[in-house]
Amino acid sequence: MASWPWRGTARPRQSAHARRARVILTAEGLRLPLTLASRGSRVAALLIDLALVVLAIFGTAMLVGLLTHGIGGARPKVTNPAARDLLETLDVLWIIALFVLPNLWFVWFELGARGATPGKRVLGIRIAARPGRDGSAARLTAEAVIARNLLRTIELFMPVVFIGSALSVGADTTLAGWAALVWFGIFALFPFFNRDALRGGDVIAGTWVVEVPRRKLATAMSLGQGAQGISTVTGAHYRFSEADLAVYGEYELQVLERLLRDSSHASPRALEDVAQAICAKIGWSSGTGDERAFLEAYYTQLRARLETGMRLGRRKADKHDGG
Amino acid sequence: MMAITGWFSKRQESAIADAERAALRSDRFRLEREGDWRRLEAIVTRLEAGRIGAIGDDDLVALPALYRTLVSSLQVARETTLDAATLAYLEGLAQRAWFVVYGPEVGFRGWLRRFFGGGWSAGVRAIGPDILIALAVMVAGTVIGWLLVANNPDWYYALMPAEPGDVRVPGASRAALYGSLFGKSGRNGMAVFAAYLFSNNAQVSILCFALGFAFGLPSILLLVHNTALLGALLWLYHGQGLTLELVGWLSVHGTTELFAILLAGASGIHIGRAMAFPGQRTILDAAAEAGRRTATVMTGVVLMLIVAGLLEGFARQLIDSTALRLALGGFMLLWWLTYFFAFRRTGVRR
Repeated sequence: MASWPWRGTARPRQSAHARRARVILTAEGLRLPLTLASRGSRVAALLIDLALVVLAIFGTAMLVGLLTHGIGGARPKVTNPAARDLLETLDVLWIIALFVLPNLWFVWFELGARGATPGKRVLGIRIAARPGRDGSAARLTAEAVIARNLLRTIELFMPVVFIGSALSVGADTTLAGWAALVWFGIFALFPFFNRDALRGGDVIAGTWVVEVPRRKLATAMSLGQGAQGISTVTGAHYRFSEADLAVYGEYELQVLERLLRDSSHASPRALEDVAQAICAKIGWSSGTGDERAFLEAYYTQLRARLETGMRLGRRKADKHDGG
Repeated sequence: MMAITGWFSKRQESAIADAERAALRSDRFRLEREGDWRRLEAIVTRLEAGRIGAIGDDDLVALPALYRTLVSSLQVARETTLDAATLAYLEGLAQRAWFVVYGPEVGFRGWLRRFFGGGWSAGVRAIGPDILIALAVMVAGTVIGWLLVANNPDWYYALMPAEPGDVRVPGASRAALYGSLFGKSGRNGMAVFAAYLFSNNAQVSILCFALGFAFGLPSILLLVHNTALLGALLWLYHGQGLTLELVGWLSVHGTTELFAILLAGASGIHIGRAMAFPGQRTILDAAAEAGRRTATVMTGVVLMLIVAGLLEGFARQLIDSTALRLALGGFMLLWWLTYFFAFRRTGVRR
């Protein structure tokens, strides 16, 4: 018997996705589904941000270097005491800026309306406040953003700088290097040992990282001629009886919806397979060449039937469901 | 402004015309409301981009109503439609709109204003008991450092990282020690060294705060270690009768710096205490609550360390007399105490 050909691939992917699905309850009493960001996209976002910060620091250094040292590059001997003081002050401000800038970068962007640094924006993720124990949605606060980024210093910057300096100095490399590596490893692996993929900073701040939905409103399905049951190719009029429609439930309806919407995937072959499967199930003799009109008509009438049932409080989850 | 309104109403007209053609009741429901959804989406997109100026007044006024309309649309749709794509769109839009409507209450600038206008000092007062604990630990650390070195001067080298050319070692002459405190006005590079110390201190403070995570014990150890060093230094200069001079030398930046380290340690202890004794809350909730409360304090700590670094790098070189140094250090201490404990505005937005 011909069956739904793509189910084998669709189900496991959904379950991996379902493991990251969470629900929060807003003040209006609305249950909002969220999807936690994957760990991979968070790492990628972090790398993009770090690259940008390094670029920003490097760019500023070049600019300041040009302004103070002239275009020659090498630092000229400064004899004027006033000029020397000025240079020293610049050096001091520079060291402070080196500390402040990476921290400020993350705090500044995450406090914006998007709740995301440029790296996170590229990956389509953002930070949000973790809901309370009862699932009630909480508001992101400035304090939370600061707290989660303060932790970044000990999670990332300190061990990395430490490993770097241990490698460059050379002496006593092994012990210090290993210590820093273990330190770094504890924090880097932290997200793998809790359900919500929280890193240390998220724990302290009460935040988590979620995906930002970017869905366009798709077209309504029941507008075309096909939805009326009339084929534009053959002019045939498809009408299904109550018994024809009773065999499938909501799951099959949604698979059919995906197939019809996803025009790139809806190869004639896939449409044919599904049309044949349906015909076999309801005992129609399947023709060829008019699958789309047939499926659109079946989809619309099946949905009308299931939605009517919904309004009356009857739901049918899938074809195995008796309701 | 007019253009946007016109665009929407045209769209809405066509949507209503479509609605009459749609075969399904749930699609008609959707087509009748689609205009409002798209308008909300356009507003949310512009708010996310931070372009508040690009949004008309009537759109801003309409935002809460549009959001509520969307919420009720979604709730109705969940009960009446099986159109998965439309449901997913509504859920996504509701989520984005929720983040905009209930986003961070203040932007960076608003937060800064609140921070200096009382939020910082309120944060410090909120962890009062922990400050007392941290203070006791720091005093104990100083005493331990003194006693250790007094019993066996070899401890000095263990506490103080040896630097070549440093005259501050046990057995140094009075003149050498005196020279290390005064008369370096002309020396070059001190300011840079001070700035380096700042970033070092800032990292130690953040470590103190962050290790509160491990029930506060590492924070306490860090405090003890850092103040033991102070005790050793005090012992060294006391031996040559230079205690007051050393205190003066340290106080210029030390009152600010030690205060900052005190607050950082107190923050760590606060988190540790909250996690060890969460009460009715889960450990995660307790940690998050304590972390958010102390984040404000920690921002202040970093600022204080910047001030301390500037004092150390510039002011100390300019003032070469113990009395003036003590006066400046005392003034700074008084200033912080006044700001934190006498300045009683909560800093919460009215």
